[in-house]
Amino acid sequence: MSILSDAWDYLTTAQNWTGANGITSPTFDGGWRFSRDSILGLGLEHLWLSVAAVVLAIAVALPLGIFLGHVRKGGTATVVVSNVTRAMPTLALLTLFAASAIGYGNQAVILAAAIFAFPPVLTNAYTGMADVDPDIRDAALGQGLTRRQVALKVELPLAIPLIAAGLRTSMVQTVATVPLAALVAGGGLGVIINEGLATQRYGQVLAGAVLVALLSLGIDAIMARLQRAATPQPLREAAMAA
Amino acid sequence: MDSVPNPWFSLDYLTRNWSEVSEQLWIHTTLTLQAVLIALAIAVPLGIAARRIPRLAGPIMGTTGVLYTIPSFALFGLLAPFTGIGRTTVLIGLVAYALLVLVRNIVVGLQGVDRDVVDAARGQGYTSGRMLWHVEFPLALPSIIAGIRIATVTTVALVTVGVVVGYGGLGQLMFRGLQSDYRAQIMTATILCLALALVFDLILMLVGRALTPWTRRRPA
Repeated sequence: MSILSDAWDYLTTAQNWTGANGITSPTFDGGWRFSRDSILGLGLEHLWLSVAAVVLAIAVALPLGIFLGHVRKGGTATVVVSNVTRAMPTLALLTLFAASAIGYGNQAVILAAAIFAFPPVLTNAYTGMADVDPDIRDAALGQGLTRRQVALKVELPLAIPLIAAGLRTSMVQTVATVPLAALVAGGGLGVIINEGLATQRYGQVLAGAVLVALLSLGIDAIMARLQRAATPQPLREAAMAA
Repeated sequence: MDSVPNPWFSLDYLTRNWSEVSEQLWIHTTLTLQAVLIALAIAVPLGIAARRIPRLAGPIMGTTGVLYTIPSFALFGLLAPFTGIGRTTVLIGLVAYALLVLVRNIVVGLQGVDRDVVDAARGQGYTSGRMLWHVEFPLALPSIIAGIRIATVTTVALVTVGVVVGYGGLGQLMFRGLQSDYRAQIMTATILCLALALVFDLILMLVGRALTPWTRRRPA
């Protein structure tokens, strides 16, 4: 299998990891960017794009989901949002953004990826808050807690396992989506795949695919740990069973 | 930069290029249908096997999880040297991804069947084959149909990535629109994609309702 050995060669060549001129390279305006010929640089860029997208999504989706779940309104709307984004091709958003005022490159990528990172966070925050046992809410209100305290001190801790699961899904999904960035001149590990396709070096394509898959699995493992750590002790067994 | 008008919406584009747009729309539609049907034909026996032989359930579900982390972009590219550029390559990739969603939902659906119902059926003398088709399968149907709906909608979106091997249906229009900075072309293809997904989803929802009349008579 020449593709397999080509992929192996690609992955075992030191210069492919460090780049010909280091992990970062200077830009014309005096700044710097990740080198497009370094696996390490592209990997870091991949992580940065994914994290930026997910943070952007969290900033909007988490408060919104927590609020909507607390007041138990807008359930249908959250379902509609997640269904529409599932039908929306990533390529469509990327090309639309690239052709708009946002332009080519990483900005379009972060925005598009953020939109796809949005629904899992929103729906899980909503469901987690809305599905808290009504008796528990009543008991908390009866004890004299304000609605705000009920939301933040009773419902939120009970919703944490689901919220954490949503963040995990969102993050892993984003890491696997970001490779498409290479099609609109963005960075990340997709560049390796895209370059391989363009030059018909399929070993390099395989190497790129393996790198992305490993990164996704690694992120998933880390997120699983965080999810466990964030879940209050008494809820852990229930969360594992679910 | 914007000295030449470059509108996002243009009916003119659609009427002038209808033959090309309709051709890609047709490719997109048939590719989706073909992929989901093939995936279903493979997923049903796999799902049943996972249910019948519990030892297989772990590996089948685990593999589906790992496969999902491989970017579609790379999968299409990797298949290209073996299956060439074009329809077959895209079809294989689409079937693989649809398969994951379908197998999962079939297994979950079958696992969700009430043990008491199965015991009752066995007590009435159902053989295992008859039990599967007349008791377990109908009860798992809502979950299976939900899986088919998700698989179909995601497949419609995924076809566009076929651009990588030059066979992306409406994605072809999006990418060409990007390369020539023709906004109306990208927007038209995007809207048609969403509409196609919506139409498929509505049809499947109606089919699902017709197949599972008992779910509607549940006390509210």
